[in-house]
Amino acid sequence: MLEIEIDGAKLEVPDGSTVMDAANRAGTFIPHFCYHKKLSIAANCRMCLVEVEKAPKPLPACATPVTNGMKVSTHSNKAVNAQKGVMEFLLINHPLDCPICDQGGECQLQDLAVGYGGGASRYKEEKRVVVNKNLGPLISTDMTRCIHCTRCVRFGQEVAGIMELGVGNRGEHSEIMSFVGRTVDSELSGNMIDLCPVGALTSKPFRFSARTWELSRRKSVSPHDSLGANLIVQVKHDEVKRVLPLENEAVNECWISDKDRFSYEALRSPERLTTPRIKQGGVWRDVDWQTALEYAASSLKGVAADHGASQIGALLSPHSTLEELYLAQKLVHGVGSDNVDFRLRQSDFSLDGKRAGAPWLGLPVAELSNQDAVLVVGSFLRKDHPLLAQRLRRAASQGCDVMRLHVSADDLLMTLAQDVIVAPSELVRSLAAIVKAAAQIAGAEVSASVADVLAAVTADEQAEAIARALSEGEKAAVLLGNFVAQHPNAASLELLAAELARLTQASVGVIGEAANSVGGYIAGALPQGQGANAAAMVAAPLKSYLLLGVEPELDCADGLAARKAVQSAASVIYLGSFASDSIAEIADVMLPVSPFAETSGSYVNAEGRVQSFHAVTKPLGDSRPAWKVLRVLANLLQLDGFEFDSSEAVRAAVLAQGEVAAKLSNVAEGAVARLDAAPAGLQRVADVPIHFADALVRRAPALQATRDGKAPDLRANSALLAELGLQAGDAVRVRSSSGDAALVARADDSVPAGCVRVAAAHASTVALGSLHGTLTVERA
Amino acid sequence: MTALSGHGVVLDGIAGENTWRLEDYLKRGGYAALKKIIAEQIPPENIIAEVKKSALRGRGGAGFPTGLKWSFMPRAFPGAKYICCNSDEGEPGTFKDRDIIRYNPHALIEGMIIAGYAMGCGTGYNYIHGEIFAEYERFEAALAEAREANLLGSNILGSAFSFELHAHHGYGAYICGEETALLESLEGKKGQPRFKPPFPASFGLYGKPTTINNTETFASIPYIIREGGEAFLNLGKPNNGGTKLFSVSGHVNRPGNYEIPLGTPFSELLELAGGMRGGRKLKAVIPGGSSAPVLPASIMMDLTMDYDAIAKAGSMLGSGAVIVMDETTCMVRALERLSYFYFEESCGQCTPCREGTGWLYRMVHRIEHGEGRAEDLEMLTGVSDNIMGRTICALGDAAAMPVKSFVKHFGDEFAYHIQHKCCLVPHEVQREGSKIYVEHAC
Repeated sequence: MLEIEIDGAKLEVPDGSTVMDAANRAGTFIPHFCYHKKLSIAANCRMCLVEVEKAPKPLPACATPVTNGMKVSTHSNKAVNAQKGVMEFLLINHPLDCPICDQGGECQLQDLAVGYGGGASRYKEEKRVVVNKNLGPLISTDMTRCIHCTRCVRFGQEVAGIMELGVGNRGEHSEIMSFVGRTVDSELSGNMIDLCPVGALTSKPFRFSARTWELSRRKSVSPHDSLGANLIVQVKHDEVKRVLPLENEAVNECWISDKDRFSYEALRSPERLTTPRIKQGGVWRDVDWQTALEYAASSLKGVAADHGASQIGALLSPHSTLEELYLAQKLVHGVGSDNVDFRLRQSDFSLDGKRAGAPWLGLPVAELSNQDAVLVVGSFLRKDHPLLAQRLRRAASQGCDVMRLHVSADDLLMTLAQDVIVAPSELVRSLAAIVKAAAQIAGAEVSASVADVLAAVTADEQAEAIARALSEGEKAAVLLGNFVAQHPNAASLELLAAELARLTQASVGVIGEAANSVGGYIAGALPQGQGANAAAMVAAPLKSYLLLGVEPELDCADGLAARKAVQSAASVIYLGSFASDSIAEIADVMLPVSPFAETSGSYVNAEGRVQSFHAVTKPLGDSRPAWKVLRVLANLLQLDGFEFDSSEAVRAAVLAQGEVAAKLSNVAEGAVARLDAAPAGLQRVADVPIHFADALVRRAPALQATRDGKAPDLRANSALLAELGLQAGDAVRVRSSSGDAALVARADDSVPAGCVRVAAAHASTVALGSLHGTLTVERA
Repeated sequence: MTALSGHGVVLDGIAGENTWRLEDYLKRGGYAALKKIIAEQIPPENIIAEVKKSALRGRGGAGFPTGLKWSFMPRAFPGAKYICCNSDEGEPGTFKDRDIIRYNPHALIEGMIIAGYAMGCGTGYNYIHGEIFAEYERFEAALAEAREANLLGSNILGSAFSFELHAHHGYGAYICGEETALLESLEGKKGQPRFKPPFPASFGLYGKPTTINNTETFASIPYIIREGGEAFLNLGKPNNGGTKLFSVSGHVNRPGNYEIPLGTPFSELLELAGGMRGGRKLKAVIPGGSSAPVLPASIMMDLTMDYDAIAKAGSMLGSGAVIVMDETTCMVRALERLSYFYFEESCGQCTPCREGTGWLYRMVHRIEHGEGRAEDLEMLTGVSDNIMGRTICALGDAAAMPVKSFVKHFGDEFAYHIQHKCCLVPHEVQREGSKIYVEHAC
């Protein structure tokens, strides 16, 4: 510990602290622009100059290490003169037109200019003008306002992992710019807007739509990925205008992904369902809630009476709240059916009934940054979980061996110690090889569940290197991504991963596909007894479906089959926030329920953290929180146990069943792993693109306009394209056993041999059916 | 060719055509120091002690004691350590390193090898200014000769000591002469200074301990080892050991590089350079490169040319670039030229320099062009004060010091300009003196 005196106050700080750290600890504010606690030190703005005893010149607090006995004055004449001098320089070329700047009112430069700037400028020369840049649909620029703090540049280099912005030119001509003609495409790019201390980088969708002081700040939780990023939702006139990160070091730190940030635009989508509707004689009619609910109740009763309650099934979106999932499954069970599921994109359910608890991350999110070795299996990590990728990126830069076994070599923008890319059918075999190597290293007996599989594989050098890194890492983790969850042989992958973790004393975890992938288990939104799971409800169509936030063709493992199954039903009750043409075709009654911003509820994130939130606005139109709708529907069905008068009461009922932590487990017993046979033909590698993954983000215009929002194409490595006689840019027809799609071919050498990558969750590829299996490709 | 006068150390015995060749250097006693070290297996710490004894001070401008700098290199550091030679000579008025590389490159190479030996470095780099081409090629040729003769490379002269030296040709940015910007540039990044601490001795090239010295500094080392630190020190005066190359430019009859003992009176140097052109009266001298404060003739003629005396007079010996100005010089115009240089060469990384150098230039430009305002004089000093000591590197100070000193010593010329919208020195006089077209008339 070092002793330091700041403005006369003595305190002790740890070795290696800077004067800025010490000042933060002492609660002393030192003005600054380029300094940011999560970024490297640049010391270029010079605003934090302070007087240090015995130093001839003022020193920047952000970059000056504390020495024992140091005496610092932050408000002495010398310090304040230096700070005022710097402020004058910052302002001479900065437009002094705060009233027309979008940053006005939340601008660090504006705030500090009040304290350190002059009333009038001495600068009488011409001011600098800098040409604006097109950085894409999310970030708007006013480059003349830039003060060259380089926070955005450092964010790209250090956090996002890709330097999309840099400082071009020199001296007074220095400009922040992207590489010639490029836009900023990082899935974390929106954070640069927050980091920019001036109005140089602002939010394009939000620009000029409200002033910060007109907005109320309300806490919420992201409804997208399984991290559950904490949000501040800003509201004006009962409309969400903007979403910002709410700092939570244990979850999202001070970042959010672009999906978390810009998906709010969908809340006012033209497709928003705002009135209850029923279909009569093929014609949709707006009705009042009473009519709609009675209609829904009577159709459920009708199907139960005519075909038996087992002909009723519920498909629930994993982006629904814990409360909604709980009430929905309770309602379905209440009417006598066990057919309920929220794991819509899964196709292997063979571990059901054998699990000891809800599959989860296996360790706290924050611990990801502290691992020594991590093996990520089957994950498009950067796009599926941008902020978890960010944590691993930091770990990798600090020496963690991040390794990957996957079906596509997407650039994770971090150094991978090992990278094994195989076809989907080889995933189990490759993981088994690693387990085998781990068993050899550990010299341990292998579990019966995987013994047969291990006997059939051999471990190569790479498998051994991965196993060794996991064994040697003091903190090691095996993480299973979305592709594993969706894999037709997911059970084998889970069993092997668990065995690998056991042999290497690593933790094993399932990252989780959606905001409530853990919550669905906690809410019991699963089939019970002989009940049908999501796949079974599609394979053997039922007479009646209840859809909660689900768009079957886009949200299910086999969208085409799901749509057909639902369409064939006698009665389809849709509770959702959006009414697409497709929903209009398949549903009989549409009940408008509130999206996350308009309802209260909870998400249980990947680490089992229950995060509750309140509505930030009133429900749009006649839409209502789904928990209320389900409650009233249950009342109309004369079901007991639905006497809830708040979502908090629902949550209490769910959580009263026991601690969430005690229900988390990645242990499954009584199952045996098996190898996949290699199919003949081109295997489909299907990702769920970041901006198509759920109903909300699909309707966010700015996100859809980004590079990540592009419609799927057919991607194959150049060798395969040549073999198929195709060139990049060719129009192709892609066929599966269930249908065909017209796409454009693109060369992508990250796709393994014998595979073609065709993204799912998009209208253009629904006809291909299953996420898995083989495809044929021919020139269109 | 500029006038060249060498006696003493760096340009000792330079005469004739092929002084840059190994053969010529060997004839002049070259590589004797290295051979002595190898033959006698002199311990590295003794070499550093010898350099300390010589009172050699960094010739790049800061004048930091070389022996002390060398002793900062962590002795027991595991892994790579580097030495770099700063031949990125970009300061207006300075052209000495260019001549060392041109006429005596082997002295530099030998000096760097010895430095590598003394500090336990296996690799060295010479960063050569981007605007000199022939010199870069000549240095490469000299390196090839040294390698050929086993003076450089693996197992030098059959010993266990290996040292490799690479030349790097920059792109001509002045800022890359700042040692940490040089390192960034050498690493392939944009040349802009790093914040210190950490200093290069602990975190230098590629994050490894690194010592950076000027060309002339390294080129002085063979003499010190050959003749002893004492002998070098005695060439100059206490705390200002040895000889120094002065690049004399401006209104003298024979501009060029002159190597003279530190402590020589300025009047003698002026004499060496052939005296004032046209016998005109000396007006002012910038004694240490364009970033050093200007001194008026009255002070200058009483000065001796060494670090301490010039510092006492309120300027710096700097790189030893002596810019001589006679009575035909308009000091406002001279400052405008200098200010433009710093405005143009600021890297733009930190605020005071990025914004301040342009402001200073624009004010001086206005004054020179008859648009000065009464408050400008005070503002010139005020803005300079706001730059000085508040930037990441010394370029800010370098831009501010000329302005402050010009205003301090020649404030009346500035005031005249502002008041009369016209030069105090009549244009025809300026034209006669500089032989350059002076574009505007009052």
